[in-house]
Amino acid sequence: MNLSLQLNRVRSKPWLWSFLAALLVWLATLAFTRGEGAGALTSGALAFSAFFVIVGVGQMFVITTGPGNIDLSIPANIALSGAVGMKLMEGQDSLIAVGVAGVLAVGVLIGCANYALIRVLRIPPIIATLSASFLLQSMAIAYGRSVRIAPPELFYQFSTGRLLGIPYLALAVALLTVVAGYVLSRTLYGRWTLAVGQNMRAAELAGVRVERVRWATYVLSAVFASVCGVLLAGFSGGASLSMGDEYLLASIAVVVIGGTSVAGGFSNVPGLWGAALFLYLLVSMLNTFGASAGVRLILTGVIIIAVIAAVSGRKSQRSL
Amino acid sequence: MNAPQPMTLKPQPMLSGTQGAAVNRARWLRNALPAFSLIVLLGTIFIMQPRAMSYMGMNLMLNLAVPIALATIAQMLIITVNDLDLSLGSFISFVACVAATLLNDHPLLGSLALLGCIGVYALLGALIHIRQLPAIVVTLGMSFIWVGGAVLLLPAPGGSAPQWLQALVKIKTPLLPFAVVVCVLLAIAVHLFLMRSTWGVVLRGAGGNPLAIAKAGWSLLRIKVTLYAMAGSFGVLSGLFLVGLTTSADANMALRYTLLSIAGVILGGGEFTGGRVSPIGAVLGALTLVLAGSLLSFIRISPDWQIGAQGAILILVLALRTAVNRLEVRPA
Repeated sequence: MNLSLQLNRVRSKPWLWSFLAALLVWLATLAFTRGEGAGALTSGALAFSAFFVIVGVGQMFVITTGPGNIDLSIPANIALSGAVGMKLMEGQDSLIAVGVAGVLAVGVLIGCANYALIRVLRIPPIIATLSASFLLQSMAIAYGRSVRIAPPELFYQFSTGRLLGIPYLALAVALLTVVAGYVLSRTLYGRWTLAVGQNMRAAELAGVRVERVRWATYVLSAVFASVCGVLLAGFSGGASLSMGDEYLLASIAVVVIGGTSVAGGFSNVPGLWGAALFLYLLVSMLNTFGASAGVRLILTGVIIIAVIAAVSGRKSQRSL
Repeated sequence: MNAPQPMTLKPQPMLSGTQGAAVNRARWLRNALPAFSLIVLLGTIFIMQPRAMSYMGMNLMLNLAVPIALATIAQMLIITVNDLDLSLGSFISFVACVAATLLNDHPLLGSLALLGCIGVYALLGALIHIRQLPAIVVTLGMSFIWVGGAVLLLPAPGGSAPQWLQALVKIKTPLLPFAVVVCVLLAIAVHLFLMRSTWGVVLRGAGGNPLAIAKAGWSLLRIKVTLYAMAGSFGVLSGLFLVGLTTSADANMALRYTLLSIAGVILGGGEFTGGRVSPIGAVLGALTLVLAGSLLSFIRISPDWQIGAQGAILILVLALRTAVNRLEVRPA
């Protein structure tokens, strides 16, 4: 009796699955290399997953506010923010604060612009963020046209540095996810976000300031994407136009595999880490096995579809 | 407003005379908006560069419009049932790669592969319907699979489109360029099927009020499979046309089409919910997006802003539509 109760409790935590999958893939890779390079693999996985998680947190808040809410402007935002950050810092340590402040301002502005389009034009968020992303992409091209500027030394060291093998970035993002989890489950804004996602009309009638919640959510998502952009530029030694491209799909994939409901109203913060680690480790496992780029992509796709099919199947069983 | 389109043809008894007229005017304005924006755009181009107003000029400007128009129609069919296809661009790239490799070397095998692609789309429709999955996530996964397949076929840009395909897209038609003729025929054919035929009404009804359609005895599964398979077919056509124009293929060549096709549908008056779509509008929307790029080069703005101009036009048209909708809500 007690055992089955515990088993049920475990099963009701969907984020465990993504961690389990990540662990399995990690073990499989190490079994193949006979334990060689375990440290490097883990530390690399943590560093790259940190980027997925940053944008994932923002996208998760957006997706939580209900069906149809999705931020498509993330890749363009990353490209623009990376360029703005590197240009403001001019490669000097003393200007890091200016650069970071500028990037945060860019994020807030983009979030406000996204929300303004949704609100004023009364168009679905997908279309609003899509048209915004067209504009942002052009801005990034026009603004970032000049030569590639290297990040300041200190900034570079922060984004690539490690503490006992754990990247600083992973530590910072881990803290961020704890805060995000707290915000979501313990603060008024978080509870309101969940309420809006579960039933917007009911939330409105219950006195939730729906529009304010949506505004905050889009700003939050844009700010996270901007932060990811500048960190990514620091990490890879300079901003490039295409560095955000994979983050559109990755941000949605991390949220969904992590157990957040696509229909909105139910989020899952720890799952983001599990899913991000899983996605990165999967790719590096296939790399170690010597699979070509094509096979890697196909398997990633198959796994995303399999996970979503399995997850929503579980839900329908529960509701019966 | 969930009623199928033909209902609106009847006069609505609850509205008084003047109100009804205002509503009709708003509806007329909204339907005319895609055509209006295209005409304004074309007019500006012709004023800036009168030489564009020739057979040759139109041909150059609209060369790449056909694959985008076909992709937009494919996306529109998916949007009809309130879904969204985020894999369309990678699917079209994959088709182009198949055409430039398999179809060229082994025509039979290549044709089978393309038919198989349509089959995959039909299965996708079935999977999404039976398991009630979010189409955005499933097609997101599919986009990885298509790109992966394309990379396997063509690790580096190259290949060569079949000769007959290259000849087909270069047909010279009298009076109007081939691209314009194809776009017009495409718009009319899909319009007649989707907006005027019984089947079309049922298909759109599945987006507007699935319960009513199911109660009326239609199989929602069959409707979804049909729409997805049709979308797949138009995607295949788009890829074939594209590779005929470019003569060689690349695994990433059409990735932009995913977002462009969504923008085209919306620009053409389509909506994400309720099965409200317009084939003629979608083709006009695709043409508008293509011409937006040309306009910039005529007014000598850096091509950096080409994508931005597409975004700006999208926002502008949507703003106009919101204004028209307000007119409808508050009849004068």
